[in-house]
Amino acid sequence: MMKIEAIIQPSRFESVKDALREIGIEGMTVTEVRGHGRQKGHTEVYRGREYTVDLLPKIKLEMVLPDALVNRAVDTILKTAKTGKIGDGKIFLSRVEEAIRIRNEERGENAL
Amino acid sequence: MMASLAAPETAKTVSEKLAQLDKDVKAAQSSADNAWMLVSAALVLMMTGPGLALFYGGLVRRKNTLAIMMQSFALMALITVMWALVGYSLCFGGDGHFIGSFEHAFLRGVGADPNPDYSGTIPQLTFMVYQLMFAIITPALITGATAERMKFSGTVLFLTLWFLVVYAPLAHMVWGKGGLLNASLGGKFPTLDFAGGTVVHISSGVSALVCALYLGKRTGYPKQPMPPHSLVLSFIGACLLWVGWFGFNAGSALASNSLASSAFVATHFGAAAAALSWSAAEWIKNGRASALGAISGAVAGLVAITPAAGFVSPMPALAIGIIAGAVCYWMVTKVKALFGYDDALDAFGVHGAGGTIGALLTGVFAQQVINPIFGADKPVGGLDGHWSQVGNQLVGVVIAWGFALVGTLVLLKIVDLITGVRVPEEHEIEGLDITQHGEEAYNLES
Repeated sequence: MMKIEAIIQPSRFESVKDALREIGIEGMTVTEVRGHGRQKGHTEVYRGREYTVDLLPKIKLEMVLPDALVNRAVDTILKTAKTGKIGDGKIFLSRVEEAIRIRNEERGENAL
Repeated sequence: MMASLAAPETAKTVSEKLAQLDKDVKAAQSSADNAWMLVSAALVLMMTGPGLALFYGGLVRRKNTLAIMMQSFALMALITVMWALVGYSLCFGGDGHFIGSFEHAFLRGVGADPNPDYSGTIPQLTFMVYQLMFAIITPALITGATAERMKFSGTVLFLTLWFLVVYAPLAHMVWGKGGLLNASLGGKFPTLDFAGGTVVHISSGVSALVCALYLGKRTGYPKQPMPPHSLVLSFIGACLLWVGWFGFNAGSALASNSLASSAFVATHFGAAAAALSWSAAEWIKNGRASALGAISGAVAGLVAITPAAGFVSPMPALAIGIIAGAVCYWMVTKVKALFGYDDALDAFGVHGAGGTIGALLTGVFAQQVINPIFGADKPVGGLDGHWSQVGNQLVGVVIAWGFALVGTLVLLKIVDLITGVRVPEEHEIEGLDITQHGEEAYNLES
């Protein structure tokens, strides 16, 4: 089992979600987050006062998948989340030891 | 018997009928004027709540939203009560040079009959309640400078005293019978102020500057970002102010006549021109025109056209608007930064500066054809051929500035001793909504 954490542009979220659903991924956790990597923020001006906004809104997707699905999921995210500009985000992969479904205490990949 | 009385009876009937007709015409005019003035009074109240409350409410940070709105609302209640007790009388009673009298204290003698000194066709009750709405919004404007750091107790006490000590004398001097600056009822320096450029905007704007200086900067200003928390609220507020201003300016004709139409038109044109000129200045400077800039420009134009509204035709109104939008833009972006005072929501930059420009330009552009206030065929403003009017306007401006400066400083010192004026730093950081009122504007998770 692997956990995929993908931080993407909010404008790409709907496409990414639909594409993941098409390859059979049903479950995910989505969070609205703020942050930045190499992308610099933007400047806002209110009555002549300039503010630099360097933490930009992003969407974070988290999903834990059986090993067999991971590569396809990563490819799908790469394809649909990419705009080619700085600020497209990142994907992090990590191994997951165990998963437990709270309702019936199923364990392992069956719980996903 | 019938025949012998016929002739005199006819004569009597004709004169009776004429008298009746006269009465009917007067009643009809009174009804029309009264209808417009009651609507105008309601429009001016709408400028404070919700207009100004939303405009200011959106400009502060989220944690201070209710506090600034509550200040406007508190004044709606507080000044109303003060007005009934002594306020109206101090502004419009008697014929002193500097302040009214106690003639109408507790609204004695204020009823259905008109007060011929001020408005001969409407019940004095209407005139009284209309003027009350001006007395409410004026101190409320000052809260733009004290925002995000002044105690509620100090605010309430200060603005109540300010209304008695600064507003009432100025209103009497400019608008009251025999007032030093009155233009039509025997003033020494006839200052033209149709709807309150001096009385409302200079007085509040200059006092706002004194408050900003006395209170000091907000904690973290100017290093920490303090962007407006909701320009949507400010936008709605500014649009309500624009509409309400028709009551403020056109209502100041005190009748439903052609002067009201003239003031209405000038008001609208002034606002539009200033919205454009502020936006243009911003576009040139930043490469973009912002929503906040456009609405701020409109308010600046409305402020500047206020003293001129019932004296100028549409073209001068456009000119006043263009000048006011550009100057106020310069005030809030350049001058404020240069001197470093923290006029949080630009009460001075918009009302003080806009009011001063408006008062002076009224002296330039006022026209006898619009309002023959000095008598038929007598020129009114500079371009009319009466350049000394600009001097009169200057006297009015200087007196209003001086009065507001000194009065506000003295009152702040007194209030500082009684309740204190500024909240402790930790309260400021936590926000005035919670620390002053025990509630939050947005409980998004409840």
